Amino acid sequence: MSLLEFKNMTVEFPTRRGVFTAVQDVSLSVDPGEILGVVGESGAGKSTIGNAVIGLLEPPGRLAGGEIYLKGSRIDNLDEDALRAIRGKRIGMIFQDPLTSLDPLQTVEQQLMETIQLHLKQSDEEARASAVSLLDRVGIPDPAIRIKQYPHQFSGGMRQRVVIALALCADPEVIIADEPTTALDVSIQAQILELMRELCRERSVGMILITHDMGVIADVTDRVAVMYRSRLVEEGPTEKILGDPDHDYTKSLISAVPRPDVRLARFPVVEYIESAGDRRDSIDVATHWLGAGQTESGGETMLRVEDLHVRFLTKFSFLKKNRIYLDAVDRVSFDIRQGEVFGLVGESGSGKSTIARAIAGLYKPAGGHIHFAGADLTEVRTESEMDRYRRQMQMIFQDPFSSLNPRMKVLDIVAEPIRFHGLASGGAETRQIVMDLLEHVGLGAEAARKYPHEFSGGQRQRISIARALATRPRFLICDEPTSALDVSIQAQILNLLKDLQAELGLTMLFISHDLPVIRQMCDRVGVMRHGKLLEVAETETLFESPQHEYSRHLLDLMPRLEVLSHELIAGLEMAD
Amino acid sequence: MITYIARRMLQALVVMAAVSFISFSLFNYVGDPVDNMVGQEATLEDRQRIREVLGLEDPFFVQYARFMQNALQGEFGLSYRTKRSVTEMIAERIPATLELVFVSALIALGLGIPLGVFTGINRTSWISKAVLTVSLVGVSLPTFIIGISLIYIFAVNMGVLPSSGRAGTVALGGWKTSLLTVDGWRSILLPALTLSLFQVTMILRLVRAEMLEIMRTDFIKFARARGLPENRINYNHALKNTLVPVITIIGLNIGGLIAFSLITETVFQWPGTGLMFIQAVDFVDVPIMAAYLCFVALIFVTINLVVDILYFVIDPRLRAEGGH
Repeated sequence: MSLLEFKNMTVEFPTRRGVFTAVQDVSLSVDPGEILGVVGESGAGKSTIGNAVIGLLEPPGRLAGGEIYLKGSRIDNLDEDALRAIRGKRIGMIFQDPLTSLDPLQTVEQQLMETIQLHLKQSDEEARASAVSLLDRVGIPDPAIRIKQYPHQFSGGMRQRVVIALALCADPEVIIADEPTTALDVSIQAQILELMRELCRERSVGMILITHDMGVIADVTDRVAVMYRSRLVEEGPTEKILGDPDHDYTKSLISAVPRPDVRLARFPVVEYIESAGDRRDSIDVATHWLGAGQTESGGETMLRVEDLHVRFLTKFSFLKKNRIYLDAVDRVSFDIRQGEVFGLVGESGSGKSTIARAIAGLYKPAGGHIHFAGADLTEVRTESEMDRYRRQMQMIFQDPFSSLNPRMKVLDIVAEPIRFHGLASGGAETRQIVMDLLEHVGLGAEAARKYPHEFSGGQRQRISIARALATRPRFLICDEPTSALDVSIQAQILNLLKDLQAELGLTMLFISHDLPVIRQMCDRVGVMRHGKLLEVAETETLFESPQHEYSRHLLDLMPRLEVLSHELIAGLEMAD
Repeated sequence: MITYIARRMLQALVVMAAVSFISFSLFNYVGDPVDNMVGQEATLEDRQRIREVLGLEDPFFVQYARFMQNALQGEFGLSYRTKRSVTEMIAERIPATLELVFVSALIALGLGIPLGVFTGINRTSWISKAVLTVSLVGVSLPTFIIGISLIYIFAVNMGVLPSSGRAGTVALGGWKTSLLTVDGWRSILLPALTLSLFQVTMILRLVRAEMLEIMRTDFIKFARARGLPENRINYNHALKNTLVPVITIIGLNIGGLIAFSLITETVFQWPGTGLMFIQAVDFVDVPIMAAYLCFVALIFVTINLVVDILYFVIDPRLRAEGGH
């Protein structure tokens, strides 16, 4: 008898436009001490499964069919009170974002004791002792002191440990973890996954681990279920699914994961996932509008950053000596050659985005020089002169949802920089250029009439790219351009950037926390930590023989994907 | 925390200085107070003599310095109209205004917060929809219309409550209160209700919007997933988190109640400071007007200071930022 089992589960969301089926006819089970991975892309219905099991579907969602059994007794037909007695007590849940999963106004102790006393009916003293030992178990140092603190006094990784402690309060038999490490840095992610695996084994807890990350799946799960458009397409032991998948969707999903171990010319893209894009014609710079006006040359080096120093005031004081600064970028020097893709890699807070913004002129450096196309940008005083360099330098941001003005049509979004810099002779030409750009990023000219909300995340990122190209830039700054996207969409966007870079001879600063992506995209890489640039090397050199200790540490933490099917990748490359 | 409060108090002082300066300079342009003080037959010399006695002939800054010097000692001079000490007159009338504001704030909070929580949690129930619709009346009608309608219904038609005035006062030391007798409560009920209707709607809608926001957060979802009962989630976790923005608005609104009480006091002939101010304006009674404005500003500034301190009590994140 399985610990938790559901048969033919179907979840429906009635909407104004008819019923949307989020989960269709899915049957799965998990045994004690086992970790079952549920993998799929956004909208595949994997989170809905977790919510349905504990009866917490967002209204108007409802369980339209199927049965759920916990240790052989049926739980899907229980009333709200009986379900509440199961939640937390027998089935624990862990959510994605540790920063928002805890009540900010209560101490960790209050939240732990509240939950312990609710389920275990312990006295204050007993509950406090259990709470401290739980915190100790999930690896929080000085638990007796830290327990008195508020959530904001913990770092992201520590908060996720607190969340895990909360989920373990009543010794549940099953834990459902919904993207538990997605919001965390790679080094923290490795620790949390390790902790979760240990806890599962030692307490014989069955775990359902919901994630979009193949690396996480490969690292910790025993079995995997692959979800695609509300359906379960394949299920089996992790090594079998990742190494020798049967279903076409699984194959394409695996092939789209950036390889950490070998550099490929292009990301394999399989039509199965989303057919948008990749129907673009290549651009001939000699005759195309995008090539015009690119005569000026800055010589060998496009960008030289010298002793760049950016600091933020964290505490103001009238006395200069009492002010406290944070050195976000601490005397960093590097240069980017013409036509090169230069990568910056590091964990959150390492200062890589700050560098990008300082170069683009969004932050004013406290010291150092930025030489771009032969001029020192820190010496430029007038706005009109600065505009000349701004035109040649464009940025693509991480979040495709907040980087486009929702009240403007795509036509105006892309046309704005053309109009501002006066790059076209009139309205008709501007429109012609915008249509052409949209074609080239794989959207089609009809996109111009729509508003941003009508597009998916990947399509919006294509709009951002079109907007960046609209000034005929020579230098693109890409700040985590694909971290908000699904892996299949990421592959398409990265291919697009690669193609454009090759066709237009663009120089790029490519920022990412994702080492496999860096390996696929960049010619040279800089590794950053705490505002300092630790190492700069050719990409292949860095991955094969990292010099700095921290670089080695980062590379060690990369999820190991050896189990992934190599023949599959090789086959796709041949076909490409 | 101490530096934080000290800084806030410094800001409060700057505000007070600015308000006193603005109000004092304004009153130089509202008309000649001497016109109202003397009869038709007063000679030019008489007028001149009065102007000199009152110090109206001195340069503006001398007048202002003298005003500030006295004000700092709690002395606002003599009323031009009644020839009595302004400080005394205000002290006499403050209890009426403060009690009115207190009772209407009580009504506003007592109705607004529970209704806001209820409509926030039971978003789709018809009671919520009815409450929201009716509450619109509170914001769409001006205070004097509401006041007159209430008088018409309860005093004229039904005859259950007095239409105006402040009855049943009892002296407690220097403080004349109307909250200790049935007559007192009967007379304060209509004006307090009139004054509070707008605030009820404001607070209700604010609490509701904040509750809706908080109910969508991850920590509420996580609390549900831990099996916490709904009441605990709603009141212990959600309501407490709505309080920070709600206190800000409530703080500002209690100041607003005092300002709005001007109209309500006029409608109900309530003998408070607002009514006194209206009479002072008619008479160009500059000392009273200046003192009243300083008094209102002082209340605003005090309430804001209290709100700032309350933030500290409620939100631990602010304590950390101020701490290091």
